[in-house]
Amino acid sequence: MTGADALAATLLAEMQSAGAVPVAADILQPAETLLDLYGEDIRARAYVTHDPDLGEMMLRPDFTVPVVQAHMRIGAEPARYCYAGPVFRKQTGGRAREYLQVGYEIFARDDPARADAEVFALFARLLAPYALRPVTGDIGILKAAVAGLSTSDLRKTALLRHIWHPKRFRALLERMGGKGPLAEARADLIARLRATPVAAQIAEAGQLVGLRSEAEIAARVERLIADAETPPIPQAEVAALEGLLALKSPASDALAQMRAMGWDALAPALDRLEARLDALASAGIDPATLPFEASFGRTTMEYYDGFVFGFLPARDDLPPVATGGRYDALTAVLGQGQAIPAVGGVIRPELLEALA
Amino acid sequence: MSLKLGVPSKGRLMEKTFEWFAARGVQMARTGEAREYAGAVDGVSGVELVLLSASEIPRELAAGRIHLGVTGSDLVRETLADWQAQVWELAPMGFGHADLIIAVPKSWVDVETLDDLDAVAAAFRTEHGFRLRIATKYHRLVRDYLRAHGVADYQLVDSQGATEGTIRNLTAEAVADITSTGETLRANHLKILRDAPVHCSQATLFAARGADWTQARAVHGLADKLGLSLPADLG
Repeated sequence: MTGADALAATLLAEMQSAGAVPVAADILQPAETLLDLYGEDIRARAYVTHDPDLGEMMLRPDFTVPVVQAHMRIGAEPARYCYAGPVFRKQTGGRAREYLQVGYEIFARDDPARADAEVFALFARLLAPYALRPVTGDIGILKAAVAGLSTSDLRKTALLRHIWHPKRFRALLERMGGKGPLAEARADLIARLRATPVAAQIAEAGQLVGLRSEAEIAARVERLIADAETPPIPQAEVAALEGLLALKSPASDALAQMRAMGWDALAPALDRLEARLDALASAGIDPATLPFEASFGRTTMEYYDGFVFGFLPARDDLPPVATGGRYDALTAVLGQGQAIPAVGGVIRPELLEALA
Repeated sequence: MSLKLGVPSKGRLMEKTFEWFAARGVQMARTGEAREYAGAVDGVSGVELVLLSASEIPRELAAGRIHLGVTGSDLVRETLADWQAQVWELAPMGFGHADLIIAVPKSWVDVETLDDLDAVAAAFRTEHGFRLRIATKYHRLVRDYLRAHGVADYQLVDSQGATEGTIRNLTAEAVADITSTGETLRANHLKILRDAPVHCSQATLFAARGADWTQARAVHGLADKLGLSLPADLG
């Protein structure tokens, strides 16, 4: 048994003492579910193989999907699960391709703030012997901010879809504010689309090839023209959203700053943050010193939609030792109609071992 | 041991490569029978010519079995993971130009840019229940490009040839392929997105980071002839 294996066993035992039931997951997972969830990018990160009967399969890149699926099949509520085992990720250079993850997940409908705090406090306790920097964030606040913009639902949906792609999010926001190269390109396109009826333009383009129908093209043209008549998102709102995205402060202070923005649409999400901070304080975590970064989790954790957290090593070039968060929407996608609020996280024992 | 230089074994790419070296005082020729893949180098000593398929040259460079190699910059980026860790790019050679582009049906009058393609991908997934398919053989390059630009809700489907035909055959909605003139695209009722190409490829002289350079001192004589400055950590 390696040091990391022993560490994983210890962590798993601690999680069981905290009330979690150990679960197992297949290493081979159907690729389709993961691709639908994560998109094509997962191919660059996960090992894909082919089974003559089952089709495309992946070596599990994480436990979240199989654990959620297992819960949906058999789960009693509320439930706490833990697991330990290898996951597989394609990497370049010297980074590990196969490494252990030890995880803890809570599926519970009541008191999400308390469940968030329970996971974070457990991780903080297990990781206390190591010199790590905790970070927290809240994707739910970003979603509320987008939903609160004075603009069309179409634009809000487009922005929400790209919360996890900061570069495209910024470009879209700029275009919807009526500025930048995308706005200019869009203006040219709209002028052309307005000049001639769609059917005539398609006819002029020659043969219609492919699965996307003339009706689909016409429908988007209609949406584009309607969108062109939507006023730009006010610059003050764009600036407020950018300010929010840049916010980094101890959690209590971050909450006060966001309250001070006077942004009504944020209120329910900020109430949830406040409840979480209270629950964290009850669990022995001081919100006055706990770091909060509004954009944390935007680049790496695509399925989290509320509370997010990480425990980072002092060295910037090392990956996070532990990450986690709330993923209520994911359970709805995987549950095919059923959904249950869920929060959890994983620890990487090999990274801990390297720090010891 | 001599310096092993891999060059494309046939066609215009081979001829252009020979011309490029000849213009710099290094003569290359295939030797033996027309079908025999052997070659000779004049004008510089200690250089051994290795004739290879252009598509195998990236792999041979990565393995360090050849010191230098001429191939398309697209092939190196597509074939080698983290290519910059495996090869040095010594000189773009000014021929074999081809752009890797993304094309969609010309009848998509609402699509001109990646911004549009991304929006269409979202609507397409809702309408058809699966992600918009882009046919290509350049998976790594295209995926990196689309990730860098934050395009979501697409899938890549493999196409090793006749890629432009996949849309008509309903096996893809868009294509990512190499084009030099755009003739084939036009003939298949496709148009290129206005954004910068995925990659502008040309024939390029590469050096293998992992090759044994201690016995390949001839590289300095060759570099002098070619007017190249070598990376400091080579040999």
